[in-house]
Amino acid sequence: MDALDLARWQFGVITVYHFLFVPITIGMSVLVAGLQTAWVRTGKEQYLRATKFWGKLFLINFAIGVVTGIVQEFQFGMNWSDYSRFVGDIFGAPLAMEGLLAFFLESTFLGLWIFGWDRLPRKLHLATIWIAAIGTWLSAYFILAANSWMQHPVGYEFNEARGRAELKSIGAVLTNSTTLVTFPHTIAACLLTGGAVLVAVSAWHLKRRNQVDVFRPSLKLGAWVVLIAGVGVLITGDLQARIMTEQQPMKMAAAEALYDTAKPAGFSIFTIGSLDGSEEVASVRIPSLLSFMATGSPGGEVEGINNIQGEYEQKYGPGDYKPNIPVTYWSFRLMIGFGGLAMLVALAALWFTRKGRSTAPKWLWPAGIFAIGAPLAANSFGWIFTELGRQPWAVFGLLKTTDGVSPTVGAGTVATSFAVLTLLYGVLAVIEVGLFLKYARAGAPELPAEAEGEPDDRPLAFAY
Amino acid sequence: MELTTVWFALIAILWAGYFLLEGFDFGVGILLPVLGRDDRERRLLINTIGPVWDGNEVWLLVAGGATFAAFPEWYATLFSGFYLPLLLILVALIIRGVAFEYRGKRDGAVWKKRWDLSIFVGSLVPALLWGVAFGNIVRGVRLDERHEYVGGFVSLLNPYALLGGLTTLTLFTLHGAVFLALKTDGEMRRRANKLAATIGLPAVAIAAAFLICTAIIRFDGIGVGLFAVAAVALVAALVANRLGREGWAFIATGATLVLAVLGLFVTLFPNVLPSTIGDANSLTVHNASSTPYTLKVMTWVAVFFTPIVLLYQGWTYWIFRKRLTVEKIPA
Ligand code: HDD
Ligand code: HEM
Ligand code: HEM
Repeated sequence: MDALDLARWQFGVITVYHFLFVPITIGMSVLVAGLQTAWVRTGKEQYLRATKFWGKLFLINFAIGVVTGIVQEFQFGMNWSDYSRFVGDIFGAPLAMEGLLAFFLESTFLGLWIFGWDRLPRKLHLATIWIAAIGTWLSAYFILAANSWMQHPVGYEFNEARGRAELKSIGAVLTNSTTLVTFPHTIAACLLTGGAVLVAVSAWHLKRRNQVDVFRPSLKLGAWVVLIAGVGVLITGDLQARIMTEQQPMKMAAAEALYDTAKPAGFSIFTIGSLDGSEEVASVRIPSLLSFMATGSPGGEVEGINNIQGEYEQKYGPGDYKPNIPVTYWSFRLMIGFGGLAMLVALAALWFTRKGRSTAPKWLWPAGIFAIGAPLAANSFGWIFTELGRQPWAVFGLLKTTDGVSPTVGAGTVATSFAVLTLLYGVLAVIEVGLFLKYARAGAPELPAEAEGEPDDRPLAFAY
Repeated sequence: MELTTVWFALIAILWAGYFLLEGFDFGVGILLPVLGRDDRERRLLINTIGPVWDGNEVWLLVAGGATFAAFPEWYATLFSGFYLPLLLILVALIIRGVAFEYRGKRDGAVWKKRWDLSIFVGSLVPALLWGVAFGNIVRGVRLDERHEYVGGFVSLLNPYALLGGLTTLTLFTLHGAVFLALKTDGEMRRRANKLAATIGLPAVAIAAAFLICTAIIRFDGIGVGLFAVAAVALVAALVANRLGREGWAFIATGATLVLAVLGLFVTLFPNVLPSTIGDANSLTVHNASSTPYTLKVMTWVAVFFTPIVLLYQGWTYWIFRKRLTVEKIPA
């Protein structure tokens, strides 16, 4: 493999890894804040225990989210220096804003939350977790604005002399139509993921009839969040699909492995056969659905890969403008499928626990436990779809991925960093999961007696 | 003032803030095995920075992001050029950050020992390598006419840069010791105070050597002036430490770091990464910068939000201002 292939693999692996932890952070911060609000409002002990329990799991996850984020901040310069030179004038701005507006907020207020239990007045302490949660949303907004600019460049001008894209309107970049649908889709997916964590851990305890008073409400809360966020994901995903068809028709055609323009176009749930379109062995299709997804009307015309390839050759010169079709096709389906799976489990959990029922079929608990994997997979496939479907472009229509790689960094160097980081991330994953399981199994803590003395002088009950 | 100059200054300030804040975090991490004789003492040390280390680290992330936004060419050349040292720093910061959060989450001597080691190594390596990196930036590296780094890895390890590394390492350690004397009480406070006195003289010698070499390699009047004040502040820190005036000692080591970083940046200006092959190849604030429009946008963002960040970060330090003692660490 040459440096380019290695750099691409490294970017994909490192970023998908980061995004295993990100949605749990974003989703759970809101849920923990919600539980703590319930405690502050009602004074009911079970809410406080739930806050402490889920808060601990949240922090175990957050730690890895932070440290893997540090690599993200620097890897553009390390492996993608020509990309950085090309886009820096535009792309750097949201990245810097993310640091200044979001990361400071998240890290400072989470520090206050962790160490402030005994030091801050109750309401102020509650405010710190909400502010940290807002920080995660801001962070998502800015980084998604940066990413959306790569999907759909706006508010820029190409400077021939400098060979780079230059910012003309920051407002256009921050209100890019792509950002405005990507942000809610991603946030909804993150909330779905956070809800699924609650469902999975609660199911584990309910299977053993452990602390039912804490975990039954948690299961229900988690399941409702999965369902409602799931509906949000569906609606926003549908909007995204339409915008994507407009802005990156090749991606939509590849998502469907639709080679020739069709009107109306059906949506295939799966296809067995060759995806190069030469033959189809078996396929299950829903007539007109693709037309509806892409255009909003069942009879709409959807352009095929071959037609778009022809158009692009005229517009951008000779070359292959097709992304990897099997990956694009399957990642799109797996994203939707895994998300749907999580929603089904949540629905079942709500159904079998409705109105105080205590008998649930045996399969519900293992299904609930496995529900955590589904949204994680859906998120990863969502990104793989978004990013690989854009190929060969790094910045759509402007810069090819091949032209973005660092010209002076050799394959050996990239391979070294790829190996080192992958190994390190692997070890961290094992440790993380081990700790997560340990604290998940331990169940909600009993509450200690109220600490004595002035707030400033109390022992640091929640210290490291 | 030109906006490129403003952003050069802002990035200098971000690095100064980073060295000031994460400097003592690194020092505490390096001193963990030295000052923390048992588990409870080590926890005491870690908890002095517990609520703030992550916020301190964000100064680095913002410095990185600001460099990307304001000087993309600098960001691109620097990080692709200093690839392997940067990788080492990233690995160090990763294991260190995880160690703070995970160390206390299991009992067991082996578990804790491994994380203690991670904190130590994860603090030592960046403390050393940031100095090496800045040494190379000030001294200049081999940039070709496309402003690409062509010097390879080994040439980054030149004596001057290594001296820079030694300087940041000892200064951060001293800064950390002074911080601990300020933030703890009882036995630990005395021990930290004594240790600061012990490493004080070598720190002065190393820092003086580095600053003099810098003045020789790249003379700049204002830069030398700043270095001189930094040196005075360092000596003042040792005196204050001897007198048991921990607050003043901490302010003085902080001032040393800030002034030294500002001195390095002033010396560097208007270059951001000089080329040793030829001046025409150097990256400067002019040929590395973003467009005036981007700089203007970012200036407004910085003007609005930096004061807010400073306010709430300062408030955090205020909330956790009390000295810690071993008694306050739950057994
Ligand atoms: C949709 C959300 C999202 C996406 C697409 C990304 N991140 Fe992220 N990132 C977060 C959402 C997030 C977060 C929720 O804000 C995190 C996760 C856990 C955490 O601590 O904050 C975070 C942490 C985090 C940190 C550490 C912050 C700290 O120390 O507090 C950095 C430097 C980055 N990220 C940078 C990036 C970059 C450069 C990305 C693009 C390649 C990226 N992230 C993708
Ligand atoms: C966290 C969510 C993200 C995930 C999971 C993700 C995943 C991926 C994947 C799988 C690739 C394809 C690798 C390949 O082509 O072989 C890729 C490419 C790329 N992505 Fe993303 N991405 C994410 C967010 C972003 C963001 C937010 C940015 C920019 C701010 C970005 C910038 C890029 C760049 C520059 C490439 C081109 C390099 C390449 O092809 O590997 N990505 N990403
Ligand atoms: C019917 C259901 C869904 C539809 C129609 C849908 C649609 C889409 C589309 C069209 C994109 C690509 C946007 C682009 O490249 O411009 C996308 C990306 C993505 N999807 Fe979905 N999606 C669905 C369900 C889900 C589920 C259930 C999850 C996770 C739980 C999910 C997570 C993601 C993520 C993380 C991305 C990448 C970020 C982004 O571009 O927003 N999606 N989705």
